Amino acid sequence: MSHDHSLNPETMPAEPEKATLEGKNKFLGLWFFLGGETVLFASLFGTYLALKNSTADGPTSNELFGLGLVFLMTILLLTSSLTSVYAMYHMKNNDFKKMQLWLGITALLGVGFLACEIYEFAHYIQEYGFTFRSSAFGSAFYTLVGFHGGHVLFGLCWLMALMVRNAKRGLNLYNAPKFNTFSLYWHFIDVVWVFIFTVVYLMGKVV
Amino acid sequence: MSIAATQKRGFGSFLWDYLTTVDHKKIAHLYLFGGGFFFLLGGLEAMFIRIQLIKPENDFLSAGLYNEMITMHGTTMIFLAAMPLLLGLMNAVMPLQIGARDVAFPFLNSLGFWLFMFGGILLNCSWFLGGAPDAGWTSYAPLSIQSPGHGVDFYVLGLQISGAGTLIGGINFLVTVVTMRAPGMTYMRMPLFTWATFITSVLILFAFPALTVGLFLLMFDRMFGSAFFDVALGGNSIIWQHLFWIFGHPEVYILILPAFGLFSDIFSTFSRKRLFGYTAMVFATMLIAFLGFMVWAHHMFTVGLGPVANSIFAIATMAIAVPTGIKIFNWLATMWGGSIEINSAMLWSLGFIPTFTIGGMTGVMLGSSVADYQYHDTYFVVAHFHYVIVGGTVFGILAGLHYWWPKMFGRILNEMMGKISFWIFFIGFHLTFFVQHFLGLMGMPRRYWVFLEDQGLDMGNLVSTIGAFFMAVGVIVFLINIIYTAVKGEKPGDDPWGGRTLEWATASPPVYYNFKQLPLVRGLDPLWIEKTEGKGKMTPAEPVGDIHMPNSSILPFMMGLGFFIAGIGFIFQVDHSAWLIAVYAGMATAIGSMLIRSLKDDHGYHIHKEELEREAD
Repeated sequence: MSHDHSLNPETMPAEPEKATLEGKNKFLGLWFFLGGETVLFASLFGTYLALKNSTADGPTSNELFGLGLVFLMTILLLTSSLTSVYAMYHMKNNDFKKMQLWLGITALLGVGFLACEIYEFAHYIQEYGFTFRSSAFGSAFYTLVGFHGGHVLFGLCWLMALMVRNAKRGLNLYNAPKFNTFSLYWHFIDVVWVFIFTVVYLMGKVV
Repeated sequence: MSIAATQKRGFGSFLWDYLTTVDHKKIAHLYLFGGGFFFLLGGLEAMFIRIQLIKPENDFLSAGLYNEMITMHGTTMIFLAAMPLLLGLMNAVMPLQIGARDVAFPFLNSLGFWLFMFGGILLNCSWFLGGAPDAGWTSYAPLSIQSPGHGVDFYVLGLQISGAGTLIGGINFLVTVVTMRAPGMTYMRMPLFTWATFITSVLILFAFPALTVGLFLLMFDRMFGSAFFDVALGGNSIIWQHLFWIFGHPEVYILILPAFGLFSDIFSTFSRKRLFGYTAMVFATMLIAFLGFMVWAHHMFTVGLGPVANSIFAIATMAIAVPTGIKIFNWLATMWGGSIEINSAMLWSLGFIPTFTIGGMTGVMLGSSVADYQYHDTYFVVAHFHYVIVGGTVFGILAGLHYWWPKMFGRILNEMMGKISFWIFFIGFHLTFFVQHFLGLMGMPRRYWVFLEDQGLDMGNLVSTIGAFFMAVGVIVFLINIIYTAVKGEKPGDDPWGGRTLEWATASPPVYYNFKQLPLVRGLDPLWIEKTEGKGKMTPAEPVGDIHMPNSSILPFMMGLGFFIAGIGFIFQVDHSAWLIAVYAGMATAIGSMLIRSLKDDHGYHIHKEELEREAD
């Protein structure tokens, strides 16, 4: 527990993110948090499934959704999960620069995803007049997909703060757990999107 | 600490100490203070309700005010009194019981408390800012959508903030139990109270997010014009009931399981016997928690979910009586043949068994979905849940307070006053609620502000109100006891009860790092093992070394304050956009504090070996 936690390849533990008790606690704490998040999204999915046909004579999911854009968003987000794995791989090899590079790519892909989502929402509102208030379906759709988008936005802010804060410090046993917990969170966001893709968009195209 | 405590300190530094503390023992004091304050507030509301119902067609409260009273009584007692008081006991005791120096996330521990406290204050500000919530503690849509004024908005935001605090507390306890047990403290050697804390935290983790979503939907409908519960736009108000009870049913087990845990410890200690059926007790706790998630729709039998759904939920509900029965019999068997000592803590525990069994029995009656059509929304339900929540949780909290008071504060509560307050409260409780079973069976509906004369309800309601006054007197005696103890209470030493578990191996009150050397645990009831083998104290598991401690911080308080200000702004921004300033200022405070926490390194500090060696053993 010395004050200098910086690493070099000789003294590097096999799993720097779990080498300290604080690291282990953060790792476990985030897993529990994701357990709670699962219930949060399950509740939102349940609400959406109950209301997805309550369109109140407004546009239906089949009329609204275009799978092309959603496919692109899926590619962006799934790839960003892969690049965050690369970043963690470099973290475990104590290669700070490459880790930052792959995290940077992760962030760019995340921004791309968010941009597509903003375009998508704007498109529905302007072209179809389909808003949060138009029907119970509208409320449920924007709430579920928006909660996910909000999580992506929060993840991006988290990632930026981590990258900027640690840019000049390199990797150490104090910040390795922080990078690792971010990556876990990011995977979770990705898994939720897989369910949104299936339940909202694919099932929305099946009449 | 030993040096600091001898110096005279001003009130300012005392206050600052508590505002910034990350020590689980001091956070426990804060929870007990906060929860205790709201308990008195909720009790006052209960008295107003009972005074209104003392005679037919009373006009003590107006109908609207009566609705606010019942809503705030329920909400306050569940979210702001019972849960925080339990969290306080968990904070005070659980880390000691597993032989840890603190919880896994001391900073989050403090944040959890301040979010609860500011959420509770926000909710109660509604009394002064245009009226309290009045849609019942369950806040069913569409009533909660239609409710005019800002009452329900206070309900939504107050619970959202305090709920986030509870969730944080739950995650913290989970990680603490998994990673921070002392050497040798395996899962199946943990005291039942620690087990209960662990499993309760699982319930908090998986139940609260459903409430979070429900509150968001309600907020969106009320403030932003969405249509979740608006039937005209295709909404469905039953969704609120589902989300609320998917949270709400596990919530009642969040309230009772910690009480079960501490009763187990108390029965075992004061019977001088190992807990009977330890393994069965642990698995019964898990089973209750698991089944607790499977029964939410028994609150909705009369909604019309259909006979299949009702039957499934009825059977699952009755199944919970099995693990609960296992527990009741194990407690009885623990006392069987034991060398029983009866004191205040034990009285509350003994009073719990018959009281809770009656509540459990009416629970099975209510679980029968066909019969429930008769009981639903009558005073029978009111009697049932007061028998389990007061008879279980409140008796449990009071038993736990008497049992652990010397550990927490170094002074022992007065026995005579403890016994007086028990008997007055116990008699008052049964006077108040036993008769309500019959009022309910005779058809008196709950939540009505008046009843008519000569319908067979007059005498029952009068008796019930008299009982409520007895309960109030019992609580007042307990408060006097606290004050008396703080001034003149005996200092009984570290281990007044002949304790069996690790918390009794520490000083009373424990030093701020709890254990100079982590203890080596050699079995269930580790301290008792050492006592029976003639050693009397724990063997250290490590040499004296530096101890790593977290730094105090004002940031959790600032985050809570920020969310409080933002919450007020959020409620009133629908009236006037100037209130958005409060939203921005509050969020800036909260997010700014979070950024400081994230960007500024906080490595804590070390108590050095030499310092520890200087302190008296």
